[in-house]
Amino acid sequence: MPNVSRPLSAGRRLVNLGFIGLSGLAAVLVLAPLGAIFGYLVYKGIGSLNWAFLTNVPHPVGEPGGGMANAIVGSMLILGLGSIIGVPLGIGAGVYLAEFGKGRYVNIVRFTADVLNGIPSIVVGIAVYALVVLPQHHFSALAGGVALGIMMIPTIARTTEEMLLMVPNTIREAALGLGIPQWRTTLQVTLRTASKGVITGAMLAFARVAGETAPLLFTAFGNQFWNLNPNQPTAALPIQIFAYAISPFDEWHRQAWAGALILIVLIVVAVSAVRVVTSRGSMENNA
Amino acid sequence: MSISPNPDFRAMRFKAPATVEPGSRGQPVLVTTPAVPRIELRTSKVSKYLDVIFRYSLLICSVSIIAVMLLFFYELTSRSKLSIARFGFGFFVGSTWDPVAGDFGALPFIYGTLVSSLVALVLAVPLAVGVSVFVTELCPRSLRGIISFTVELLAAIPSVIYGLWGIFVLAPLLRTYVQPWLGKYLGWTGFFTGPTYGIGMLAAGIILAIMIIPIIASITREVLVAVPQSQREAVLALGATRWEMVRMAVLRNARVGIAGGIILGLGRALGETMAVTMLIGNRAEIAKSLFAPGYTMASVIANEFSEATDDLYLSALVEIGLALLIVTVIVNACARLLVWSITRGHSARNNA
Amino acid sequence: MGVGIEVKDLNAWFGKTQVLRDINIKVGANAVTAVIGPSGCGKSTFIRCVNRMHETTAGARLTGSIQVGDIDVYGSATDAVDVRRRIGMVFQKPNPFPTMSIYDNVSAGLRLNGYNKHHELDIAVEHSLRMAALWDEVKDVLKKKSGSSLSGGQQQRLCIARALAVQPELILMDEPCSALDPISTGKIEELIFQLKTEYTVVIVTHNMQQAARVADHTGFFLMGQLIEYDKTEKIFTTPSDKRTEDYITGRFG
Repeated sequence: MPNVSRPLSAGRRLVNLGFIGLSGLAAVLVLAPLGAIFGYLVYKGIGSLNWAFLTNVPHPVGEPGGGMANAIVGSMLILGLGSIIGVPLGIGAGVYLAEFGKGRYVNIVRFTADVLNGIPSIVVGIAVYALVVLPQHHFSALAGGVALGIMMIPTIARTTEEMLLMVPNTIREAALGLGIPQWRTTLQVTLRTASKGVITGAMLAFARVAGETAPLLFTAFGNQFWNLNPNQPTAALPIQIFAYAISPFDEWHRQAWAGALILIVLIVVAVSAVRVVTSRGSMENNA
Repeated sequence: MSISPNPDFRAMRFKAPATVEPGSRGQPVLVTTPAVPRIELRTSKVSKYLDVIFRYSLLICSVSIIAVMLLFFYELTSRSKLSIARFGFGFFVGSTWDPVAGDFGALPFIYGTLVSSLVALVLAVPLAVGVSVFVTELCPRSLRGIISFTVELLAAIPSVIYGLWGIFVLAPLLRTYVQPWLGKYLGWTGFFTGPTYGIGMLAAGIILAIMIIPIIASITREVLVAVPQSQREAVLALGATRWEMVRMAVLRNARVGIAGGIILGLGRALGETMAVTMLIGNRAEIAKSLFAPGYTMASVIANEFSEATDDLYLSALVEIGLALLIVTVIVNACARLLVWSITRGHSARNNA
Repeated sequence: MGVGIEVKDLNAWFGKTQVLRDINIKVGANAVTAVIGPSGCGKSTFIRCVNRMHETTAGARLTGSIQVGDIDVYGSATDAVDVRRRIGMVFQKPNPFPTMSIYDNVSAGLRLNGYNKHHELDIAVEHSLRMAALWDEVKDVLKKKSGSSLSGGQQQRLCIARALAVQPELILMDEPCSALDPISTGKIEELIFQLKTEYTVVIVTHNMQQAARVADHTGFFLMGQLIEYDKTEKIFTTPSDKRTEDYITGRFG
């Protein structure tokens, strides 16, 4: 019989330590770029962030004081349009999947939504170009909104569905047992109970599309001037950052950093808010 | 049958007073409450129709998802017809991309996409799996939340910001330190030769790796956590070290799920546009060295779509987009199927 | 005033499994009727058939007829929503609406059916909470505390108040005390005893002593069939069927 009550061999011990060390190293290597990116963003961006930047439109190269105000506002416009399309359709689909869907159909839609979530955003841009820009013969904020809205639908649908499925069935039965019609039960009881989760899902989807550039490249297209008309090409923060970053001008590079800082702050605020709300919410629900 | 199963039945019986009086039990009873008007609730006919309308409008919302998918395929296919008719299958093996002469071949882009994604996977997978194992198995509980939140935050950074950072921080770093070192010691492999621009295939691969780590890590973490604690305990009880326990009990059980996560990461890498466009050099050439500039399918579309002057040019670009769509759909479908088979029942309805 | 129930030839299935066989029973008005039997005998399914909750489960179906007062529950002209409004149901696990205050919970059945007259809602809420013996405990925090912040026993009384607020004629209770401690259970049994002056109550219970304590009549179910239905005293002292006797004396259960 082999002697199995030997103490742990040095070799095994070493391998074990090596493994622990390596995974710790992996953690550090993964978190380092995050620190590097954020740090650099703040360092480079803060210097160029001033009132002129926030209120002016782009100036020609060489002329000081240019800004990205039109891009910030343009992004809001496009995101607003996108939300009008994406949020209702997404929540509606999610409600249907959770409350009324049966068997095969639900699985097909769920699967399609998951796959849609993985489609490159540039492909969405091409499709919306074909669907909206070509028939209209011009770029527009509306087309950009459609592209972003389409990207929001599957994400919101899945999170809404998941949140609704977490509502215990006994709540629905209580409402139905009181003689409340199905549509009121779903809207004013089930959805209301899950509302926190549903809203955070929508916010997450919003944060995700806020930073998207590719689908806007040939839908909203960008604009050097103010535009609030949804039927015209419109500037957007990500497009502006991209255009400035690849330009050969230092002044524009500085402004690209400032724009990136604004963008990242908005997104981080949204994502953190979601985290805070969901962790607080789950404690309340356990009361 | 004269059994008396409960001889104390009478004693057990609820002792009700002969008359129900206020205060006899110390509680106000029905008699003293104000009379409530009879409430008549009628189901209106409208309500019944509302039920139907409600259900159908929600159905339409869910159909929109399928409709979008079908529309995408339809539009992209119909708009690439011109290019398909002209070049046929040779489109995917031709390596000339000459808009002026109207000769289009997608091979350089396919090559670029595959190589950059491969580099990304090689770098990202060990790191993503490593950090997930660290978070779920090794690190102290208090750090767990912070680390996973930070990894999640990585996923929230937009592509264009990665690109911006890549151009002004990563590329110079590569150009000044990393590439000369690689060229000196590993140049004999043929992968690290040529002028060191900083930008190029290597830069694109690295930035892609950083971008796909969160996806792989989050799926990996999900499947690692799903491994029952009893499995870990069984192996530890046999006298295994930490590493051996992780290798035998956890990773083995989570293999399939991790594979799914990796494939999902691949899907993301294949379609990533902005950061890659800003770092890959945008030259339609096939070269062995990772220092050389390249071009991916997504990048060529991003760069040249708005400038496509004639129908054939546009059609060729759309065909590349169609190929990208088909490939990412297949990759994502496989990945989702793999992940579903592991974490099935994640969101089962709670039947209380 | 309460109404009586008349059930004729009721058979019910979940998919292919038959869970109720040829149930025929007449339940008297203004009385408490207990439905007892071992797990899986179909007692919960039985009362869920009465207020048309059975059909909300996918794959469920039934045949037979049920008459509650003057309503033909499964008649072709009868609306399920109407039926459920006129029959109140209290569930095994207290299920107050978590996002609503106590006031909103009790008035939910009225408000969500379009009844919005505030003053009358106030009266209805107070009346229901008094009848459920909860008024004194919550009258100061009606709109401040949420339904789910109460204790288990209080939550169940809240659910009873909620059911009473829509002025049903019949109240069905599916093991209302099984999730509660003995003191809360005692309070609810007192409540049931008082309710019968105005309502008809049918209570499903797996606790025989509870049936003995509160019910005027008792029906014994076994494997989907109604074995015996009689005055409670008779069931517990001189049951006619041997199976009833076996169950009562604890030979199985």
